[in-house]
Amino acid sequence: MREIESYTMNFGPQHPAAHGVLRLVLEMDGEVIYKADPHVGLLHRGTEKLAESKPYNQSIGYMDRLDYVSMMCNEHGYVMAIEKLLGLSVPIRAQYIRVLFDEATRILNHLMWLGAHGLDIGAMTMFLYCFREREDLMDAYEAVSGTRMHATYYRPGGVYRDLPLQMPQYKPSKWRNEKEVARLNEARRGSLLDFMWDFTERFPERIDEYETLLTDNRIWKQRTVNIGVVTPEEAMALGFTGPMLRGSGVEWDLRKKQPYEVYDQVKFDIPVGVNGDCYDRYLVRMEEMRQSNLIMRQCIEWLRDNPGPVMADDHKIVPPEREEMKDDMEALIHHFKLFTEGYTVPEGEAYAAVEAPKGEFGVYMISDGANKPFRVKVRAPGFAHIAAMDFMVRGHMLADVVAVIGTMDIVFGEIDR
Amino acid sequence: MSDSYESLAEGILERCGDGIAATLSPRTRELTIEVGDHTRLPTVCESLRDEFGFEMLIDLAGVDYLGYGEPEWKTEAATVTGYSRAVNRPRVVREDDDRRFAVVYHLLSLAHNRRIRVRSFCPDADQPIMPSVVDIWPAANWFEREAFDLFGILFEGHPDLRRILTDYGFIGHPFRKDFPLIGTMEVRYDPEKGRVVYEPVSIEPRTLVPKVIRDDNRYSGELTDRPAGADDA
Repeated sequence: MREIESYTMNFGPQHPAAHGVLRLVLEMDGEVIYKADPHVGLLHRGTEKLAESKPYNQSIGYMDRLDYVSMMCNEHGYVMAIEKLLGLSVPIRAQYIRVLFDEATRILNHLMWLGAHGLDIGAMTMFLYCFREREDLMDAYEAVSGTRMHATYYRPGGVYRDLPLQMPQYKPSKWRNEKEVARLNEARRGSLLDFMWDFTERFPERIDEYETLLTDNRIWKQRTVNIGVVTPEEAMALGFTGPMLRGSGVEWDLRKKQPYEVYDQVKFDIPVGVNGDCYDRYLVRMEEMRQSNLIMRQCIEWLRDNPGPVMADDHKIVPPEREEMKDDMEALIHHFKLFTEGYTVPEGEAYAAVEAPKGEFGVYMISDGANKPFRVKVRAPGFAHIAAMDFMVRGHMLADVVAVIGTMDIVFGEIDR
Repeated sequence: MSDSYESLAEGILERCGDGIAATLSPRTRELTIEVGDHTRLPTVCESLRDEFGFEMLIDLAGVDYLGYGEPEWKTEAATVTGYSRAVNRPRVVREDDDRRFAVVYHLLSLAHNRRIRVRSFCPDADQPIMPSVVDIWPAANWFEREAFDLFGILFEGHPDLRRILTDYGFIGHPFRKDFPLIGTMEVRYDPEKGRVVYEPVSIEPRTLVPKVIRDDNRYSGELTDRPAGADDA
């Protein structure tokens, strides 16, 4: 019999379990991996360089397209860096709206992760279940910004507009009959807040449903327990953040430790793992969804009782109301200047970080006093995670690579930028 | 928070000594440590990790300071001919510029819950070199590869300095300020040849919104915080 020592295998870039465009070059000995070399950059668009060539506000939309399953959290990091440089404060209502949508985004992201992770390691039903709930939150995105994904809703100084008082209604069509439309419109009779409240009422039950499918599932546990174990020290040295760090038992969450917006006003807990394996990270993310649901409820209650402005009142930075422009010369000038040239940001540098669903999403911004940033550096959580791919899969079997990719919650929009 | 940053800055200056400047921005409350001699960077980083508790390297960014503070459109001196046209002027590259390329490290201390920024300039713009910190924080590995790929900064002692984000066989360092936004090569499928072909770009660079710098009284005086040495960069 001929002896085969080791061989190299190419995985991706077009593989359903590669979560986009990951190309992995695996050096294997039989089924066992002894070196993994991820090739990334297939989705590199030069977002940071593009941002350097545009006025500040025109790059908010690019941020949505970084981590394209947690859109508003990316915008949040970007506008926070601008606000930090400008010394601009945000009205309290806008802060609550941002927290509300950050948490909705966290649920959106975790549902996508759960669905894809489940699908990768053999739980097809999860994908269908998760997309059912994602649909409701996408509708909330659409109601507030006009688009289901790339919202461009956060602006320096607040949010683009206040929450709508009416939800768009479904209409009967060739594909949907009266009865089905009535069912869909049931929760859409009130305002956006009523719709989101209704979601938060239903959602904990849905999480229970997912958990009955997975948490004690023998196959699920065989695929995740003791796979990709990372100790707390290793996680810190490798630059892990978010659930990847908390799964290893490190109690660290920017929402608690360095609270931004109104995270110090809402009550929630931070779940922490024990063993640092894929299963613990799964449990951490499941609990995070429950906590996000709680935060959303607290925000909705506050927002119902407290109307107010959602944009800072500084027309050197924030464009004036359309109506105001009709009879106010100064408003017209501000509008013209803001939309032709943009605002200039004082010279300096700032680093602003938010706890995005995947970890710490940071934006480092250097301004030389111009209307465009001199340098924008996006600190994507996924970049540090996938850099540890080699470390995490070494000694595991080929099938575990898929579990590790899943547990890292990889999205190439943010890794390749 | 602010007190702790001031005492932290004092502590670092005392420990790491000369050639190091600490700036605490009054506006953003962020502490920046500037390491003058780039060869001392690993020593400083090591003491930051071991003695000051910065166990995490959160981010590493290359920066190209070419053209810092130079507007594309002069707004102040309008002449009889009116404002100048905004154009893409070729950047003047000085070979001897020792403050062109910088590497900026963002560190985080989980134990003390604080952040710090460390910056060091590469002395030679022609062949920027920076000592690697991979041995101090393994997380630096890919971040340094990225800075090498995008800015051409060489990291001395890096185990595997390959391109990471750009295409296989890419030429140039795209995030340098003298690299055009539209790039140099374009890729398309050639139906006659039946394969993908690479060609020089067929579009012209253009400026949509010119870069302008305006003096704003709101931000004048104390509020401004230029990074140390940015004027000559």
